[in-house]
Formats: sequence, C-alpha cells, structure tokens
Amino acid sequence: MIFADNTTKKLVPYATGGITRDWADCLRAYQDHGADAIEIGLPFSDPMLDGPTIQEASDRALARGATLDRILADLAGFRAEVPLIVMTYANLAIRPGFAARLAEAGISGLIVPDAPLDEVAPIRDAANAAGLDLIPLVAPSTRPDRLRDIAAGAQGFVYAVSVLGTTGERDRLDAAAGPLATAVRALTELPVLIGFGVSTPEHAAAAVTHADGVVVASALMRRLLDGASPAELGTMTGRFREAMGSGNGVRVREPV
Amino acid sequence: MGVMSEPAERGRFGEFGGRFVPESLIPACQEVEAAFRDAWADDGFRKDLDELLAVYAGRPTPVTPARRLSAELGLTLLLKREDLAHTGSHKINNVLGQALLARRMGKRRLLAETGAGQHGVAAATAAALLGLECVVFMGERDIERQAPNVHRMRMLGATVVPVGSGSRTLKDATNEAMRRWVADTAEAYYCIGSVMGPHPYPWMVREFQRVIGEEARTQVERVPDVVVACVGGGSNAAGTFAGFADTSARLVGVEAAGGAAMTGGSPGVLHGHRSMVLQDAHGQIAEASSVAAGLDYPGVGPEHAHLGAIGRATYATAGDDEVIEAVHRLARTEGIIPALESAHALAWIVRSAGDLAGLTVLMTLSGRGDKDMEMFQ
Repeated sequence: MIFADNTTKKLVPYATGGITRDWADCLRAYQDHGADAIEIGLPFSDPMLDGPTIQEASDRALARGATLDRILADLAGFRAEVPLIVMTYANLAIRPGFAARLAEAGISGLIVPDAPLDEVAPIRDAANAAGLDLIPLVAPSTRPDRLRDIAAGAQGFVYAVSVLGTTGERDRLDAAAGPLATAVRALTELPVLIGFGVSTPEHAAAAVTHADGVVVASALMRRLLDGASPAELGTMTGRFREAMGSGNGVRVREPV
Repeated sequence: MGVMSEPAERGRFGEFGGRFVPESLIPACQEVEAAFRDAWADDGFRKDLDELLAVYAGRPTPVTPARRLSAELGLTLLLKREDLAHTGSHKINNVLGQALLARRMGKRRLLAETGAGQHGVAAATAAALLGLECVVFMGERDIERQAPNVHRMRMLGATVVPVGSGSRTLKDATNEAMRRWVADTAEAYYCIGSVMGPHPYPWMVREFQRVIGEEARTQVERVPDVVVACVGGGSNAAGTFAGFADTSARLVGVEAAGGAAMTGGSPGVLHGHRSMVLQDAHGQIAEASSVAAGLDYPGVGPEHAHLGAIGRATYATAGDDEVIEAVHRLARTEGIIPALESAHALAWIVRSAGDLAGLTVLMTLSGRGDKDMEMFQ
C-alpha cells in the first residue's frame, strides 16, 4: 500500500534519478513542500513514452553516468518520509534482482510504462515478492473491459494517463483526463492519480476535482534543466500543493 | 507452432516477441492485428496486393546466377534480385502491403522510421501511390550519410523529420516514430520497416516479405544448400527464410559486426518486443555501428532470436572492410552494385567459400547500392 489513507488529494512530484549532482536535494524539497509520495525516474536510453523534456532529462542523467547503483547510493543519504516510487522501462525492470534491490533501498512502488497488462505478470510477480506495489497505467484509449481488468489487478494507485501522447507540458489539462479518472474510480478503491500534462497548479486543481491526485513531472524537470535549484523546485511543489487544497494551506503529510 | 508460421499467443516466437508498448498504444496494436488478420484472409486484399507487386513493384524479381563470381569462389551463387524491385530494395513489398492495410483501416497518414532511407523511400512511394500523407523519422547522422534517399523522400511528398537524440540513427528514429504514433493513433498508421516492433508487426512484415522466399523457391531448380541474407531488423532475411524454412537448406543471417544483436547481444526489450539486443551491463541499449546505415541497429526481429535459439538458422557477422570489398567484387565480376547492407551477406559467402565449395548458395540481394555511392569513392 503506497498511501495510508484516501481522504486527501495526493501530490506526487517526479525527479529523474541522477540528473544533477544534488538531485536528491530535490526529493527533500518536494517532501518539505507537501509531496505525498515521490516518483523517481530511472533513466533508460530509449524511453518510448517520454516527450522531449523527460527524454532530455534521461539523456543528461545517463551522460552523467547515472546507473541503478549510483542512484540507489544517492538515495541512501536521503531520509524519506513519504513513499518513493520508481518509474522505468521494461528492459531495466526485467533484470534479475531488480525489484529486490529497489525494495532494499526503501522503494515502495514500481511503474513500468511499456509493460502493459498482457506482459506485466513476471514483473509484477517479482515486484510483489520483494514487497513492492506494481502501479498500472490506464489511457484514454483503454477500452472498458480492459479498464476493469487493469483496475482489478492494480496495486498502490492507478496512474491515469491524461492524454493520448507522451509526457510533456501542455497548455491545458486534456478533456479526456476527467472522464478517465471518473471511470477508473468507479472500478477500484485505490486512489486514481492523473499524470501527463499536469503543468500548472491550476491544472492540478482542476484534475483533483475528478481524481485523487496528480503526478507532476515535465513541468518540474523543465525548470531543473533550465537551471532551477532544488529549493526553487520545492517552492513550485508548494504552489501545486496549495492549489490542490490541503486544509487552509497547511502542508499535508500523510502518515507513512 | 511450426517454424515461421503464425506466432503463438500474444505474438510470441518461443520466448521472444510480445507487445511491450504503453497502454495507450494497445488499442492501436489490436486494431492493426484485427485489420491484418481480416485482410490476409480476404482474397480481394491479396489480389490487390499481388497486382500492385506485379504491375507496380516489378515482381517477380529474377534469380540471377552469378557465374563469374561463382567460378572464382568455387560454388554456385544465385542472387535473388530485390535490387530490381521498384524503389531499389525489398522494402517495397512490405510497404505496399501495409499501405493497402492502412487505407483499408481508413488511416490518412503513414508514419515510418528509416535508417538507410530505403524503407523511407518505399513508404513515401506507397503513400504517394495510394494518396496517403507520409512522415518519415530519420536520425540526423543517417540524413548526412544517405542524402540521395532523403532527396527522394522529399520529392515523393514525404515530410522527413530529423531525429537528433541518442546515436542519431535508426534506433532513435524508431523511438521518435513510436512516440509520434502514441499521440496520433486515430489518423496515423505506423508503417514499421522491418520484422520488429509489437505484435503483430514482426509476423505481418514477415508475411509481406514472404514473397521473396516463395518466389525464389519456384525459381531455383532444386532447393539450395545454403540460403543467406543480411540482417539488420531482419525483414529480407525473414521473408527469404520463410520460403525455405521447411526444407533442408541451411539458413544463414549475416549482421554487421558493429550491430550484431544475435551474436553479441542478450535478451532484452526494445521497441515493443522482447528479442536479442545490444546492451551494456546496466541494461542501457548500446549504440550499434556499421558502414551500412540499414544495419546500424542494436536489435533484431524476435523471430530471428527464436530461429537462432532453436538452431533453425545461424547468424554470423561481417565487418565494414570486407563488406566494401564485397561490393567492389560483385560490381566487377557481375556488373551489379549491391547496397552495403546486402553486401554483408556476400562478404560472409566470400569468407566462407572454402567451407561452401561445390554447394549451391542462394543469397538475397536486398537492395541496390546507388544510395551508397559516396561511401565507395
């Protein structure tokens, strides 16, 4: 279980592991500004579902020598007070011992966007054996019967991809996001979080009228690539938190 | 499932294949699979395709005995002449099939990736013929080394999108085409150029290329001892092998030494399927390197991984220098300038001539070398 209660709106900011020397400071900043969980991207050379920003972030991290070993070593110095979730591609996730290593490092969940329902069983089994939740993605194109199957096997939360497209900032929240989140919520007790294109606090506020929370990735990584400091990313996270409502602007911190 | 028949459940060839794509692409893949199954069982579709192959692509292509080179090597070398097909390579077979399918599905636009440019040219050609838009993704490095084909694609009305990420070659063009497809499944059809990608592509592309092997089978007096073809993704080899898989012929695929997923790779997931891929100790996809842009690819189609695993086909490599030498040798002995890609198969035959003495060897000459002229000077 990623989230201990379902009563508040969840904010999950993202950071590409190893993107900068002090990337773990971003996690601290996220956590200090109201993140309910943090998604860490384990960079892959051929990211099929990522748009230009996350792709650039992955390339930069790999060019800096980011590996699973180094990313986990960086995390060892970080005192996580919220659940950590790793997102990466199937070629990394199928490697022997992968899930166990994540679990040892304190990771609670795993997202593998190119391992759909039909191919996910071995990865989910390995994740579960290590004590990790395998978080599924659904898309606006997912048909109702498949949506039911995915929701039935979901763990942690359901990641509702708001657009037919890759990750990336967008001018407005896609109209497909709300109906998709609503459809999935009818099928599961787990939280449903909207991701892809949640670019501004206003988008996040709109998203959580339909969903239980949001994942914010490209908007944060764009600022980081443009030179923003971890503290500035923390401030930005706080704005998302505030817009999503958190009880009189007080930081929400779920018990872990 | 028998060798080179329909894949097993979920598009598996043994432990390889499958459909490793984002959830958003699953309906698109299912739609392509349903449309292909329907079309392939429809005599009308098969008739339309056969007619286009005959009156437009120039099929059947001949099998040419390479008499002078055969005498030099001490074997009987037969060349299946895909270089004589319209647009200069075997790629047109697959693309006419997929473009007809796209039109049948009501799609307006073809998306394609290309390395050497042969698949891009073929896709642009078929799109022009059938009144479809065409967007071709091509690595910046390949755009530099395959300028004549870029010019051809543009003349045919295609939009060529330079891809500047990663190694700036076929691998990255494929990533970009897939990312674009995710965002455009309603109007666009992703026309994959080789026997790779998510199910049903590896199977479908092999079926569209099967014509190479089946034609050759009827054109040779007896089943050759050895059947050889170059392998990047492996579509000309898969099409050729399909015609001989049920015979005693030895099947040999020849990869570029710098892009040898079968001989130097390990099982992994890339571009929507599980197959043999070149990767580093951390699971990152390695950059392939070859003088032939079409073989500069770190993966291979899943059916080749399977054929290799069960021992039905063997895979070898050829290096850049011997490949260029092979091009010159065929040019001077037979008056045929092969594509650098095809010359990998020839380089292996030249090197293996001692072991092949007295045997009949059929080689698929997958494309012509006009596009590579700068490399030969």
